[in-house]
Amino acid sequence: MATTDFRVIGTRPIRHDGTDKVTGRAKYGGDTAAADLLYAKILRSPHAHARIVSIDTSKAAAHPGVKGVITGMDLPELGPGTIEVGETPSVNAMQMSTNVMARTKVLYKGHAVAAVVATSVHIAEEALAAIEVQYEVLPHVMDVRESMKDEAPLLLDGQTTTSLGKDTGKKSNIATHTVFEIGDTSKGFAEADLVVENEFTTSPTHQGYIEPQSAMVFWNSDDEITIWTSNQGPFGVRTNTALLLNVPLSSIKVIPLEIGGGFGGKIPVYLEPVAALLSKMSGHPVKMTLTRTEVLEATGPTPGSYMKAKIGVKNDGTIVAGEAYLAFAAGAFPGSAVGAGAMCMFTPYDVENLHIDAYDVLVNKPKVSAYRAPGAPQAAYAVESVIDEICGKLGMDRIEFRMKNAAKQGTRQVTGVPLGSVGNVEMLEAVKNSDHYNAPLGGPNRGRGVASGFWFNAGMQSSATLQVNPDGTVAQVTGSVDIGGTRVATAMQAAEVLGLEAHDVKPVVADTNSIGYTAVTGGSRTAFATGWATYQAANDIVKQMKERAAKLWETDASDVEFDEGTFTRASNSEQEFTFKGLAARLMETGGPVVGKATVTPPGVGAGFGHHIVDVEVDPETGKVDVVRYTAFQDVGKAIHPSYVEGQIQGGAVQGIGWALNEEYYYNDSGVMANSSFLDYRMPTSLDLPMIDTVLIEVPNPGHPYGARGVGEVPLVPGLAALGNAVTNAIGTRMNQLPMKPGKILSALGEIDN
Amino acid sequence: MTTNKLQVSVNVNGEQQDFLCEPRQTLHEVLRDVLGMTGTKEGCADGNCGACTVKLDGRIVDSCLVLGPEVQGSEVETIEGVASSDGLHPIQQAFLEEAALQCGICTPGFIVAAKALLENEPDVDEARIRHWLAGNLCRCTGYDKIIRAVLSASDKIKEA
Repeated sequence: MATTDFRVIGTRPIRHDGTDKVTGRAKYGGDTAAADLLYAKILRSPHAHARIVSIDTSKAAAHPGVKGVITGMDLPELGPGTIEVGETPSVNAMQMSTNVMARTKVLYKGHAVAAVVATSVHIAEEALAAIEVQYEVLPHVMDVRESMKDEAPLLLDGQTTTSLGKDTGKKSNIATHTVFEIGDTSKGFAEADLVVENEFTTSPTHQGYIEPQSAMVFWNSDDEITIWTSNQGPFGVRTNTALLLNVPLSSIKVIPLEIGGGFGGKIPVYLEPVAALLSKMSGHPVKMTLTRTEVLEATGPTPGSYMKAKIGVKNDGTIVAGEAYLAFAAGAFPGSAVGAGAMCMFTPYDVENLHIDAYDVLVNKPKVSAYRAPGAPQAAYAVESVIDEICGKLGMDRIEFRMKNAAKQGTRQVTGVPLGSVGNVEMLEAVKNSDHYNAPLGGPNRGRGVASGFWFNAGMQSSATLQVNPDGTVAQVTGSVDIGGTRVATAMQAAEVLGLEAHDVKPVVADTNSIGYTAVTGGSRTAFATGWATYQAANDIVKQMKERAAKLWETDASDVEFDEGTFTRASNSEQEFTFKGLAARLMETGGPVVGKATVTPPGVGAGFGHHIVDVEVDPETGKVDVVRYTAFQDVGKAIHPSYVEGQIQGGAVQGIGWALNEEYYYNDSGVMANSSFLDYRMPTSLDLPMIDTVLIEVPNPGHPYGARGVGEVPLVPGLAALGNAVTNAIGTRMNQLPMKPGKILSALGEIDN
Repeated sequence: MTTNKLQVSVNVNGEQQDFLCEPRQTLHEVLRDVLGMTGTKEGCADGNCGACTVKLDGRIVDSCLVLGPEVQGSEVETIEGVASSDGLHPIQQAFLEEAALQCGICTPGFIVAAKALLENEPDVDEARIRHWLAGNLCRCTGYDKIIRAVLSASDKIKEA
């Protein structure tokens, strides 16, 4: 299938939304305005853990220009436990509400406690300073292992540990303990010639999207609510906001704006319910935009972790058993994706005996959110580092080792589920034969690291409608917010079916009243699943237009064929219509043609990536420079190769940041000490080389063009690849992230750290 | 608290603009909230991301670090002034052709900064571009395609 000639798939047309985005015309979250607009700001906890004794908002409410003040108690009280909300998985509504705004306790520095709406941002800020909150400060716990101890201060009243699916009734910050197991690891390790075990820690990091969360909400006098927001999932915003405000879902319309990055961090609602209440209170549209400090301190980063990994091998390199212990810090509420990490970490390898203990643990930090293959990069860091150590001890080539143990179609994962068609082996072949893998390091203090990574990818639901225009073009409507080129990638899939060019399909991202339910842009699902919907809607058009041609030719639709944009009469090949020619005759043959599709595609193609990185370590300063980077990935079929490469390059660089610089740095009071882009240092253009990409195309049989999700895999291998490269350069195993200069100097014995 | 607004006259993209602003409002706020020019984006509002880059009297600045009243009598060029009625600037065209944007929120800042670079230094190489653009953060692309776009635009401008 990868060798199939496509007309449009695999080409690189300019994206439809490009001109608006290079001229500044595109409207992002913060770019909307309305008449009589008011602005809201949030008051946040200065403490990591405290009981709210009292809140006095009277002075703030009396401040000139202030139009309303709310506290957490103004949000509806919702029932305990998890509930089904129809379109999205079950959620713990009260916890979600309490994260949006605290009621009786603050659980992290930056936790929202009140909000003010005023005629300007500055007046709202002044009024925040007039709100008087009395706190009773409580002991806080920041470290995941400390938090697991019996004597740790408890964050949530009534939080007990669910172990192996059963509530133990034991009060603890450990929300869940999950075990994943196949085979018998004690038997496996008994057969091993070599067993290597190590422990690892990673710090919380942030998705680092450049656009802060921003939303505008208008609660109209008829109780119809309109939300303009740059969330990854407009339908999720509708569901969750309705839930938190206790209003009918259908009373909310969400208008998606352009979104300035998300990476999983813009799935939750933070602002929308608050702005809605303030709009109801004031009678005006209300806009809120977070500051960068608020984004870092109060939206969901990725969990920090403590991990152990243990792998046993035969002398010939065959892996006989693997064990892991993962403790992920979920922040103030449960939900760290530790399970996803556990399910991915050993998947690049065919191992009969595996056992993983996974713990989801509360700490006094913001509640984590998804970040690109959530859970998998940390977990892969542990496994891939141990494998690196094993290869060193066996004296075995690191790619030969991985090929010997490579997972392929039918390999049983730790979940017991066998892998479908995957391109892991083909990818490793490409790595082995690559220029980079075979090139000399080219200088002193350099090291090379390699690592593999796996992510499931998601399918979920998407809808699309396509309307045929009389000039032979097609208007496309989907519900998928376009974060990185999915308008063009989905339009290309419709164009391929219809024999059109990408630019003959005009994509629009619609509001929640104008398109069928469409799940979040995330999970590497949009080009795959929404593309499937546009493909199917295009086929619906073909079917309907065949009927129109048949009508004009006074024959049966079964007598009409469609190929390469031309309708031909099978029984008389001299009769034909181009797509454009027939499009002009729709009104005389029955009226407009609208194709539609709603899909929940089952054939999700899982993805493997492998990264090679060369680093140079400055032995005097401990600074690590990345000198060469190549990312390999099985992408199934690259719909628009430029944006596939872009996903891989961006993911690789987020991995570089995570491995070398980025961390939430807390002081003893549990306050993040680096909550700005100056001190939370993401890679700049000056820190990086070009990021080379190699696309391996082993088609996914579950997609009409063979596409796999591509967006998340590229963040998975990088942490380990960097760790292995630095280890290779300095001769000491690096098992803590980030590998900042102090850590390097400490490893080199230059300083105590 | 009442604030006394100041009257400010400034040339924005070749047009004289007169507006009232509070002394505490930044140029960034003025452009977006007073003049309605939202092409200049906000990423951090504290001078660390470059999303709000504009050209002020020939120099590129983070507009969030300039107060509105400071620009009295100045010339400001924003992203809205980069394309002409003849079409896109070669840098804008190169960003499209090289797929140098994903979400696009940082793109206006990069384009304003890159245009200033190529106006001052038509001959640039990768290292110079990386150095010049180090004040503009992009989280989606890993910068690779941005650097290539600026190199490509540099070639096209020189050919023209």
